[in-house]
This record gives sequence, C-alpha cells and structure tokens, in this order.
Amino acid sequence: MRYVSLNFNRDNIVKKPTRDGYGEGLVEAGRRNPKVVAIGADITASVRVNWFQEKYPERFISLGIAEQNQVGVAAGLSLSGHVPFATNYGVFLAGRAWDQIRTTVCYGNLNVKFGGAHGGISVGPDGATHQALEEIAVMRCLPNMQVVVPADSIETRKATIAAAEMIGPIYIRFGREKVPIITQAETPFKIGEAYAIREGTDVAIIACGAMVYESLVAAEQLAEEGIEAMVINNHTIKPLDAKMLIEAAARTGAIVTAEEHQVAGGMGSAVLELLAQHCPVPAKMVGVKDRFGESGDPDELMAAFDLKHTAIINAVKTLLKRQ
Amino acid sequence: MNAEQLMQKNQALRISILKMLATAKSGHPGGSLSAIDIISVLYHQVLKHDPKKPQWPERDRFILSKGHVCPAHYAVLADQGYFDPVALDTLRQYGSILQGHPSMHHTPGVEVSGGSLGQGLSIAVGMALGAKISHEAFRVYCMMGDGELQEGQIWEAAMAAGYYKLDGLCGIVDFNRMQIDGFTEDVMSVNPIRDKWIAFNWHVIEIDGHDLTAIENAFYQASAYKGKPTVIIAKTIKGKGVSFMENNAAWHGTAPNSEELAKALTELAC
Repeated sequence: MRYVSLNFNRDNIVKKPTRDGYGEGLVEAGRRNPKVVAIGADITASVRVNWFQEKYPERFISLGIAEQNQVGVAAGLSLSGHVPFATNYGVFLAGRAWDQIRTTVCYGNLNVKFGGAHGGISVGPDGATHQALEEIAVMRCLPNMQVVVPADSIETRKATIAAAEMIGPIYIRFGREKVPIITQAETPFKIGEAYAIREGTDVAIIACGAMVYESLVAAEQLAEEGIEAMVINNHTIKPLDAKMLIEAAARTGAIVTAEEHQVAGGMGSAVLELLAQHCPVPAKMVGVKDRFGESGDPDELMAAFDLKHTAIINAVKTLLKRQ
Repeated sequence: MNAEQLMQKNQALRISILKMLATAKSGHPGGSLSAIDIISVLYHQVLKHDPKKPQWPERDRFILSKGHVCPAHYAVLADQGYFDPVALDTLRQYGSILQGHPSMHHTPGVEVSGGSLGQGLSIAVGMALGAKISHEAFRVYCMMGDGELQEGQIWEAAMAAGYYKLDGLCGIVDFNRMQIDGFTEDVMSVNPIRDKWIAFNWHVIEIDGHDLTAIENAFYQASAYKGKPTVIIAKTIKGKGVSFMENNAAWHGTAPNSEELAKALTELAC
C-alpha cells in the first residue's frame, strides 16, 4: 500500500487551474527535450500552450480549428522523430478526432501526447457542448493509449513532463477552473502508480482529478461520525495500478469511486471492472449519471450534479448501511 | 531501367496483384490496378530509399492514404526486396505480414498504418513539417483517391500544407473517377478538382497516370517547384490492364476467381 502524506494548509487553501500545470509542464518538457513540439488549435492561450509558443516559437505549429488534421499532423511529426503535444478541448479532441487517434496514432503506437482541456462539468458557463464528460471512456478503450487525470496543477505539471518522457500515446485530462492545490513539488508522481493520501479501514474512496480533494474533505467529515475512509488518488486510469486497488478493496471491503465524468465507462468503471474480477466488494459510484451538463457557475454545477464532497459522504453512508 | 523494361515490370506487378487477390479471395483490384504505374515509377525512379534499411532516416516517405489498394504497394515492396515475395501468398490471412489495410508494424516499408480514408495527407503534412523544423531534406509523397477527396480532413490538411508552403510535400490523386457506389461524379462530385487544389495554394500538375514518362516528369517537376506543395492529378483507369475490370465499379472490392484470374493473366501476358 503506497501512502503519501500531503501537507497542505487546510485553513489557507491555494487554488490554481490544472490547465496552468499543463502549460508549465509543457514548457519544462520543451526545455528538457528539443524534440518536443506543440500544436496550436486557435484556443492556444485558453489551453496554456501560449507559454510554450512564447518560449519556443520555432517549435510551435498553428493549425487553426481542425482537430482531425491536428491529430494527423501530430502523428506525422512523431514519425519524423519529434515529440508532439496535440492540445484541444477534450470534447473535440477525443470526440471529433477519435478515429484519427484510434487508427493513426494508437494502432501505430505513435509517440503522440494529447492534452485534453476543459475536462468535466466545472467548465461552467460554456455549457454542455464544451464540458468533456466522456473522454476517459473513449480514450481508455483504445489499445496502447494511456490515460492520466491529475489531481491539481502541480500534479498536472509532473504528468505533462512524464508524458514527454515516456514512449507512446497518452491522454492527459485537465480542467479550466481553479482547484485546490493539495500536492507539493516533492510529492512523488509516476504514471501508473496510485497512492493513498489518507488511511482508513471502513471504505476506500478512489478518486481522480479535482474529486481527490472533495474525497479528502468527505473523509475528514466522515471521521467525525466514526467512519474511517481511505482516500486514493487514482490519477492514472490506464494502466490501472491493479495491485494497489485490489489491496485497498481487500483491506476495506467497500469502494466508492469519484470522478467528474460519466460513470459509464470512466475511472470508476475501470476500477470496478478490475475489482469485479479480482476482489469483488460492494461499491458505489459518484459521477455524472447519464446526462449532459448545463450552463452555470462551476461550483453550483458541481453541487447540482452531485459531485461535491456531500455526494461522496452520502454514497459512503448508503454503501456502509447496505452492508 | 528504361521505359520498355519499366512497362514490362508494371505488367508483372499487375499479375502479382491479381494473383495475391485471387489467393486471398478478397481485396481491391480496381484501384490497385489504377495506382500501380504511379507507385512503380515512384519506387523505381523517384524515391530515395533503401529496401535493406527501411528505417533509414534520410529516406523519402511514401504514404498510401487510399490504404485499400495496398496490394499494389505490397507488390512493389516485395519486388524491391523489402520482404520475401513468398509473403504475397499470405495476404489477408491470419498471422500474415500483409494485412488487409496497411500496418506499419506488420510490413517492412509501410510508413504508417491506415485505411480509414482521409487521414494520410495530414500525416504527410506532419512529416513534411517535421523535416522542415529539423532541417532535413527528405521528401514526402502521399497518394489519395479521387473518391477520398470527399473526406473533409483532406481539405484541412490541404489548407495547412498550402499555408506552410510545404514544397517538400507531393500529393498524388489517383483520379480513376470511380468509387464503390459508381462514378465519383454521380456519388458526390469532387470537381472542379484542379481549381480546388489551386484555391488551397497548391501547385497542380495534371497527367495521364498510365504514361510512365509523364509520371516521372511530373515527379521531377514537383521536386523542382519551390514555395508550394505540388499535387499531381493523375487521370487513371480503374482496373487498368484487364479489359473486363476497366471502368467497372463492381471490381472495386471483389477478388477474381480462378477463371477470371486466368483470363486476366492471359491479357496481361500479351
């Protein structure tokens, strides 16, 4: 059981968008490897690729609003020895260019990195069309693809650098809005290695992205009622950290998954597919339940779609009562 | 290789295509026969390549975007020595190095996997941009079908290539005027094809895609042309070389049976 102690100040939470972590990570990846190139798709500043563009203009390629071509060009760049980052809003990248990602990139196992921005309902006022809620499902089913959903901006920075340093296709999901920074520069991060941020024996809450913080808040409130919840930051959805997750299920005997994504096909599905075969325990899933998003204030939407810590608390209580 | 020898070679390649399709009992003869003269000229006279070193970094790249005519490419690759021609008898079989559509990890000499139409030109644009960024001299060739031009992604890629003035890129349209449902003109017209490419800032060359000298000259003109990518619109005949297959959409995706093969081989041996 991998356990990491996080030392953030509960009384003075610092918030930052994970897209900032992506932008910073991309610049650092570019500094470390001159073969790293980035493709702009008109929303360059919105997805923070403008920081790379300013630093390495000769390695920035603007392709305009054309997701299918963006993925194909990235494939060609990788085949000529470069390490391309194709960044776009997750809905359009994973959705509109899915066949290109599948047939050209994943079938060829090409070294293309995908940055999927605007993940989740917290995109807010732009509404359902721009809120990516299905990308984890359609990316994780592709052979050769790896999928990472970091918990905060610091972890997103690390994931972006790690993506540039591994070989093969990978999809990193990040969000638009400010979310609490819970990890530190020295917190270990490795693709494929989940870690617990809170120990507990009654239930394991397995979360990714901004839901990791919500899970921690939920666990602390549950503790006041005598329920000890383990919280796992399951940042890598593919490849899953099977050993860690099976151990968590075996130790607690109850699982709640939490994600800002459709429950069908997402992180929770991946975890429960694994556990159903290797360590079946009662489980509940927190996530979007087969519906599209709406316009609204991000925080208001998170509450309306049952994605706050309160929804996790309810899920845990229902689950434990049922046992 | 002189013109006469190349013409004979291409007849042999046609025979090779039809034999492998007949053995496989499925596949796409029509487009393979319309494309073979161009692919053969590319490998014999134009491409900088080394069959013994398929991953040679300085090689020119050829992408077959209309991936379903891979038997034409396989025939040429085998003849060039990329792999043992014995493999041609295993086309489309389980465990074969020759998949039903191009697969880079199965077949030596295949640059990228594909077959979902409309994707090759974007990949070629990426390769040409990559060469430009790292100041490498290799050229990139991408063959498309005229039916394939109905895919929107082709025009996204064409726009990018024109914008970046990728003179290291050469597109080829195997303009055989037919697709599965019939004549391209009836299914969904891609005309005026020349004007479209010009409007996307490409240099356009139109040729007879079965005139070997014209094909070779077009490739030399494309290499010499600076400041724009070149597209060669090659007017071809679907099923070229086999009388009963020519200009017949029924032969888009049907393999010849043994009787039809025998008849075709008699015609090609003349």
